[in-house]
Amino acid sequence: MNAKASPWGLSALFGRQAAVEAAAIDAATLRSDRLRLAREPDWRRLEAIVARLEAGRLRALSDADLADLPVLYRTAVSSLASARETSLDAATLAYLEALVRRAWFQVYGPRTTLFGWLARFFAGGWSAAVRAIAPDIAVGFALMLAGALAGWLLVAADPAWYGAFVPTPPGDPRVPGASREALASVLFGHSGQSGLAAFAAGLFGHNAQISILAFALGFAFGVPSLMLLVQNAGMVGALAWLYHGRGLTVELAGWLTIHGTTELFAALLAGSAGLHIGRSMAFPGDRSLLAAAGEAGRRASVVMVGVVLMLVVAACLEGLGRQLVDETAGRFAIGGAMLAFWLWYFFAFGRVRR
Amino acid sequence: MKGRRPADDRRREIVTAEGLVLPLTLASRGTRAGALLLDLALMFVVALLVLAGLVKLAQGLGGRDVLANAAPALQFLFILATIAAFFLRNGWFLFWELGPRGATPAKRLLGIRVAAREGGRLTPEMVIARNLLRDIELFLPIVFVALAPTGATGPMGWLAAGWFLLFALFPLFNRDRLRAGDLIAGTWVVEAGRRPLAEALSARATAHDYRFADGELAIYGERELLTLERVLRDGRGDTMAEVAGAIAEKIGWTPPGREAARPFLEAYYRQLRARLEAGMQLGRRKADKHAA
Repeated sequence: MNAKASPWGLSALFGRQAAVEAAAIDAATLRSDRLRLAREPDWRRLEAIVARLEAGRLRALSDADLADLPVLYRTAVSSLASARETSLDAATLAYLEALVRRAWFQVYGPRTTLFGWLARFFAGGWSAAVRAIAPDIAVGFALMLAGALAGWLLVAADPAWYGAFVPTPPGDPRVPGASREALASVLFGHSGQSGLAAFAAGLFGHNAQISILAFALGFAFGVPSLMLLVQNAGMVGALAWLYHGRGLTVELAGWLTIHGTTELFAALLAGSAGLHIGRSMAFPGDRSLLAAAGEAGRRASVVMVGVVLMLVVAACLEGLGRQLVDETAGRFAIGGAMLAFWLWYFFAFGRVRR
Repeated sequence: MKGRRPADDRRREIVTAEGLVLPLTLASRGTRAGALLLDLALMFVVALLVLAGLVKLAQGLGGRDVLANAAPALQFLFILATIAAFFLRNGWFLFWELGPRGATPAKRLLGIRVAAREGGRLTPEMVIARNLLRDIELFLPIVFVALAPTGATGPMGWLAAGWFLLFALFPLFNRDRLRAGDLIAGTWVVEAGRRPLAEALSARATAHDYRFADGELAIYGERELLTLERVLRDGRGDTMAEVAGAIAEKIGWTPPGREAARPFLEAYYRQLRARLEAGMQLGRRKADKHAA
């Protein structure tokens, strides 16, 4: 209302435009164009400030510029509103629409820097996001247990199933019927191997991409995410059966635990984050489907940033730690400590509200 | 009108925190596809540059016998390459869209950007969420669609290809042109081009002084005024002479000569706009020459 009553607003505040105005009034014949000429310096100033903000050159802005930004923005908005009511100058309208939009994006731009966001992420944002999807994690964990059990039982019933769970490239000694020594050779004696760090980096790249995939697939109502989880757990179950048959259960557990408490935890979180999105879309409750998907997606994305970081840790533990710590007790100690840390960090850390 | 104003079905309004209604134009699907291709090309170039840099480094470290001489250093380079590949693939869009422009270089070039759908701030969570789905929207569909006809993936391959195509073609099936990633992030992609402020046409001084009667102005509406504005701003002599001739004929004037076309059109534009704007103030708008 106010904007319509004084179409071009605020011009009285800026006396220095008087000269421009006087010259313009002489030449202009249309009321709408005269008003436009009067507001033009404000628009130009706003445009210059916005351009510098867009370029990320905050230091190029004076305090006065920053202080005036909201005022200039509102002036431009009211200019646009009244221009739509009073002017048929298409070029000016298009200019104003573009200017107001650009200014809005800066006035309401992201308030935090990437580092500020990361600081909040580590100081509780990550933990809170994980706790928020706790029901989905419980479902995912149950499915993983079921998958591992299914892997064990199926292979125990018929070793032909083994190939369906564990990919066995030629040369891999881990096949049904392998000797104890052959199986143990996979678990121990690699500390002298070269290229461990490169191996770790490769593992990270591979695992991180898979976990992002597991998350993304959650979009299809969560089902594919869970299938990936079950399949991975099934592989662990089948492997466990194989090593159990040769009396190497504890050794295998140690070999898996050192990085598995981190890596499988990360896989669980990725799958659960995917499930969270799928579940929110299948059962949006009293929110709209889009609102539910958006809320779940943003929460799950925080979890996913954490998953990628966990996989960096897991890759180091798998590529370096597991090879260098060549005995079972040490592996259990490291894996157990990592598990304790993650559980504390996710479910106990940052619970106290300030 | 053509080319000046975006199609109406792409116009949206969002209400800002202060209750202001802000017009937005959604980016067209073609523009977005173009931006994506351009970004992929840029990523490819960056990847090549990084790779070339690493190879150069490796050669500097160990000459031809890198494997024998400088294994640890080479290993380090391999780690760098792996990490660079991961960050390039997953971080390119993230890094740029988190910036103040909310756009990758290609998006920026084509004048579009990412925005929050509900008129709030664009948050890092949104940008992360929308970019985590690129795998199932882009890479997997390509892989499965390419593999299915070869028969390597069996009958399930066709099923999977169709399934993933659904994600790839998601923007075709909704009004707001949302990608699957936009859907879960609460974002959309809008036009963000800048426009120069054109001069005020009515403020131009003219030597001639044409006066048109009300009846001579009443035959045209806003649509024709827009066309006239475009003709004047384009400033092509032939077109102006042609349009001036057409108007003069319609109102029964002798057509002005080629050099008088511009002043004639400017005078007609100014007076037609004054008339239409006066009508606007009174709540009477005339959309085009056919309107009453």
